[in-house]
Amino acid sequence: MNEKPLFPDLNSPPKPQRDETGPAQTNADGTVTVLGYKSIDGGHESTEPLGHSTQGTAARQPVRALILTGFGINCEEEFAAAYKQAGAEPTIVHLNQVLHGHVSIHDYDILNFPGGFSFGDDLGSGVVLANKLRYRKNTEGRTLLDDIKQFIANGKFVMGICNGFQVLVKLGLLPNLSGNVTPEVTLTHNASGRYEDRWVRLKVNPKSSSPFLKGIDSMEVPVRHGEGRLIIKGEETLAEIEARALNCLAYTDYDGSPTDVYPHNPNGADLNCAGLTDTTGQVFGLMPHPEAFLSLYNHPDWARRKRQNPGLSEEGDGLRLFRNIVEHVQSQAAAVPQEASQFSS
Amino acid sequence: MDSTQRTIQLLLKPGQHDGEGQRVAEAAQRHLGLSTGRVQSTALYTVRYPVSDEQLRDFATHCLQDPVLNDVALDEFRHGSEYKSYILVAKLPGVTDDEGISAQNALGDFLNQPLDIHTQHIFSKRLYFLEHELPESSLRRLAEDLLGNKMINRFEVGPIAQIRDYTPRPGGGAESITNTVPLVGLSDEELLKLSKDNLYALNLEEMRAVRDHYTSIAEERQAAGLPQDPTDCELEIIAQTWSEHCKHKEFSAVIKYKDADTGEEFEVDSLFKTYIKNATSEVDRQLRANGNDWLIKVFSDNAGAVRINPESLFVWKVETHNSPSAIDPYGGAITGILGNNRDPLATGIGGARLLFNTNVLCFGNPEFSGTLLSNQLHPRRIFEGVRKGIEDGGNKSGVPTVNGAIVFDDRYAGKPLVYCGTGAVMPMQLAGLDSWEKNIDAQDRIIMAGGRVGKDGIHGATFSSIELDETSPATAVQIGSPITQKLAMDFLILATRRGLIKCSTDNGAGGLSSSIGELATISGGAVVELEKVPLKYPGLRPWEIFVSESQERFSLAVEPAKMAELMALGQEMEVELTDIGYFTSDGRLDVRFDGESVARIDMHFLHEGVPRKVLEAEWSQPTAQEPALPADLDYTDVLSRLLGSLNICSRESVIRQYDHEVKGRTIIKPLMGATGQAPQDAAVVRFNFESWEGVAVSNGILPRFGDLDAYHMSAGAFDEAVRQIVAVGGKLPNLSYGDGNFWSVNDNFCVPDSVYDPATNPDGKLKLAKLVRMCQALRDATAAYCIPLTSGKDSMKNDFKADGVKISVPPTVLYSMTAKIEDVRRTITSDFKQADDVVYLLGETYDELGGSEFYQLFGELGANVPKVRFEEAKALYTLMGEANEKGLIQSCHDLSDGGLAVGLAEATFGHGFGADVELPATGLALSAQLFSESHSRFVATVAPEDVVAFEQHFGARATRLGVVTQDGQLTVRHGGQTVLSASTAALRHEWTNGPVNRIIGFGQHETAQ
Repeated sequence: MNEKPLFPDLNSPPKPQRDETGPAQTNADGTVTVLGYKSIDGGHESTEPLGHSTQGTAARQPVRALILTGFGINCEEEFAAAYKQAGAEPTIVHLNQVLHGHVSIHDYDILNFPGGFSFGDDLGSGVVLANKLRYRKNTEGRTLLDDIKQFIANGKFVMGICNGFQVLVKLGLLPNLSGNVTPEVTLTHNASGRYEDRWVRLKVNPKSSSPFLKGIDSMEVPVRHGEGRLIIKGEETLAEIEARALNCLAYTDYDGSPTDVYPHNPNGADLNCAGLTDTTGQVFGLMPHPEAFLSLYNHPDWARRKRQNPGLSEEGDGLRLFRNIVEHVQSQAAAVPQEASQFSS
Repeated sequence: MDSTQRTIQLLLKPGQHDGEGQRVAEAAQRHLGLSTGRVQSTALYTVRYPVSDEQLRDFATHCLQDPVLNDVALDEFRHGSEYKSYILVAKLPGVTDDEGISAQNALGDFLNQPLDIHTQHIFSKRLYFLEHELPESSLRRLAEDLLGNKMINRFEVGPIAQIRDYTPRPGGGAESITNTVPLVGLSDEELLKLSKDNLYALNLEEMRAVRDHYTSIAEERQAAGLPQDPTDCELEIIAQTWSEHCKHKEFSAVIKYKDADTGEEFEVDSLFKTYIKNATSEVDRQLRANGNDWLIKVFSDNAGAVRINPESLFVWKVETHNSPSAIDPYGGAITGILGNNRDPLATGIGGARLLFNTNVLCFGNPEFSGTLLSNQLHPRRIFEGVRKGIEDGGNKSGVPTVNGAIVFDDRYAGKPLVYCGTGAVMPMQLAGLDSWEKNIDAQDRIIMAGGRVGKDGIHGATFSSIELDETSPATAVQIGSPITQKLAMDFLILATRRGLIKCSTDNGAGGLSSSIGELATISGGAVVELEKVPLKYPGLRPWEIFVSESQERFSLAVEPAKMAELMALGQEMEVELTDIGYFTSDGRLDVRFDGESVARIDMHFLHEGVPRKVLEAEWSQPTAQEPALPADLDYTDVLSRLLGSLNICSRESVIRQYDHEVKGRTIIKPLMGATGQAPQDAAVVRFNFESWEGVAVSNGILPRFGDLDAYHMSAGAFDEAVRQIVAVGGKLPNLSYGDGNFWSVNDNFCVPDSVYDPATNPDGKLKLAKLVRMCQALRDATAAYCIPLTSGKDSMKNDFKADGVKISVPPTVLYSMTAKIEDVRRTITSDFKQADDVVYLLGETYDELGGSEFYQLFGELGANVPKVRFEEAKALYTLMGEANEKGLIQSCHDLSDGGLAVGLAEATFGHGFGADVELPATGLALSAQLFSESHSRFVATVAPEDVVAFEQHFGARATRLGVVTQDGQLTVRHGGQTVLSASTAALRHEWTNGPVNRIIGFGQHETAQ
């Protein structure tokens, strides 16, 4: 497909405005800039240019995170904000841009599937989107799943949250014990039979080697789902998942012990499992929403905690996951000589 | 069975827990007393698309089946041998079937073929098997009461050996027929009959005005080659445009008001103009005089708009969706939410980003055990259906439901009230133009975007303007499709930012007739080519196409030069866009079908021709007295009972099923604290991730006080909403020059029929007088606080009539408020933070137990209705703003239902603290000190080190009550005696185990049968 994309990504500034009005601005050194809307941040439609967090990454090429949206996905803005706060460069694109070949996932380091209700989730969460990735072919006859397999083989990272996790599971990318991307587990209706929004505590499996979870023992995050109960087919699959520590996150009680007791375990998942990685650790998905706990002020008990400890960090637990993967990608990049040379000055 | 029709059935594998089946069996037993035995639930997909056997099998196993959970059966209805009866739940023709459409989407992907997603090829159904052999009548009752709604579903039931299938087959051939309706020369009686038969909902005077108009333009029409009598489409357009829903005829009427007690008489020249519009103009004048020019758009668009900062606008709208929710609670509520979402989305140019939803619901007692009237749904069923509609409407759109309220009163058992509110943010400039302005020039194209048109929702606008009875029409019911709207919303956001749209409006009540009729007033006319409108199925008449209220649609005005780019964007984002005509400036609304005139109406007559109503109102103070209660009340027991009462108890089971934090911006949620069970006052949401600016959201509604005095009820509701925002740290507007501290209020009046009729509505004058008094209070409140109204709605006929009985709602007004929060990190939550903090009462308690929840416990109403003392309230709120500036307040909870005692108890729920409180000897009775619902009061805590500064700041406005304790015990003393002592854990238990959570059920894991 050689025609230009009809449809630039949602993060690009709009096209130049007509000259009599429009949000063009002259900055201090006299340069005229056409200013963009910060679409990663729906509430704040500033005409200020997008800022970049360059903390610790100055002069390095930023880590690029691709975030898919469209068709009922609805957590893309906070997902992008998480990457931005972690020092990466997030780009939100409509799924069709990728499916139609206008955007290549290979230009990015991390591919992200946000939460939401893709295609309404009417056939079971994530099913329709997973089908699209598996069967819909582009003009070259490749499916997006083909590209994703290549992407992973290239050592890159895939993350799915909530509905995005469901997509990765229904697609068979998680846990992918067999290596041939067929579904081995499923996520289905919570044992309570209802959708719930509540905060839970997670414990990280100390044996997990996924870079997403490095150095994290536990975290608090909200769950917001009706179909988050992990069901593992067969004892063997279960044993292998445990043996390889792919069940990387568990719901715990107040003492930090994994539990099947409601509401600490909100959905009755097998192994009390809240998240999975694949065997490489590069693909990671979880039901809870770390991107909804970027700031202390997201936590239901923030006001009391701040009173108890006025010096409390304003960052939320969820941000650590994003910092981890961004730092990991940066360290990988630094380890590759030819790329590193660009930054040596 | 049709030869090309195939069936896929999904069953749970043996050993998998059938939660749905179990819930159906339990509900049948609990609500209907039917013993079903085990119930097996299965999903059916009927495929009406040519596929080979192999394709069908592969599609079923690869796309529909969950390999871990499901077995698949093809072209059969498989079931266990133990089952004896079945129930099939299908959808009626034309009813939204998102699940079928999704399956079809998957089939298109699987075959790698572009399927036309707007022709339905796959139909979803549910098939249930029951272990017991039940008679058809019981099965049908189970189906209609628990599994679906006969307005939207088709049920087949019977013994399992004879399963009947049903697949909708909508439509029947095009019917491009336009009839004329003989009108000229009709008598009064004939006019009224015509209006009633066709559901025009126009009264005699209005029908006469239409007849006389057509008589007067006979020559002109003849010259244009038009029939003398109006076409069916023309009358439908007039009926829709003149409906109470769209024209607010009663709020615009001349009202002759008489006070029977004092003999005072006066005339109100339009309630809207006098008490709402003029009051806001006065507020705006004061704001501007003080350098506060943030009021951008009021009353003139789909939603009001205020300025947040130089870059962005806050857009805010609240509406009701009562009548549809009475007939189909789920469909009514979800359509209400999605419809209300479209208002901010389509304000000005359009493309605002939705920030939050808030919902206020009024229901009858869900534990009602009496006999229902014909076609009256049980209040519990309405409650559960509406709750589910809000869950899907908000969650699936990715809009957090940040707070709300549920009010119970037996008088809402006929018609529930369902208020849906949505806040949104929009840039001040879109592609270089002022985003809030609507501009249209002649020759601009009219584009319909989003869903397709069917027969659903025909007559919604006129139907909502009449009272409900047992013959209410099924076509008035619609079901929203959140996914369709989400796609249209994403499209609109991008298209407006790229300058492709001149302005947009939503297709809600009245459909195209209303949206194009209103947009056409900007350019001065429009030509609509109805044959181009995409239909869900054939068989609609032109007038039906024009007034259908099929959901998820927007009408856009687009410059011809932008058409190509716009259509390409629509195609890329899979949003259907159709060019259905153009705007003109010739003063006519000209509707055609295949070149034939269907309607040609003078725009001036259409919008200005409705005769003004003249109505009568007569007020007399009700006689009421204070009750004599037993002297030896156990106040601990009273508090326990209050916490477990219907209007005070926890709503957690409802709240947790709404996503209140998607978008990651919700700072104060409905329930907070370490326990996640401390109820909060206003919600607080930040606008974005880069600044700490945010907005506080509150709702004030107090229908009970209206039984004593509608003026004080309305004033109190306004104050309740204000004080909730003040409690979380919001500041009143206009306190200093150019402070930019915006407030934006929506007023929503829902009243019973208030037009006097000696036979059918003998107390109509009193009801109207109550409405006048509610409006007077609103004017006084806006003036006192300098808080502007930006938008609002009125719903005037909230009565349900059946079997010769009328159930009318109490006159109800909801004030939904939003206010700017400069820094969300400095907001205050309601729960106690630390032991030894000092507890204060802010504001004054009066002997005002009239209408209180306390009296309600004893079945009494009382007489002393709480009154708002605006001056004192404003002074206190101003002091609180200053105190928060200095960080003097650690927790703050506004006092309302249940008074001080309930407020204190609720503040302990966040962490399990207690409080040791001594009530002052003020001469006020102890019961009033504990339970009076006097307005403008708070319970606040202060850190020990700030006590001196705090007391100095508030002076006499603060009363020291005691301290927060570690021991989890609430102790209240008075005159040296302990008058109330309870474990706060026990109180919280009473509160969380109240009727609401019992009815909706807690979310514990189900145990398999």
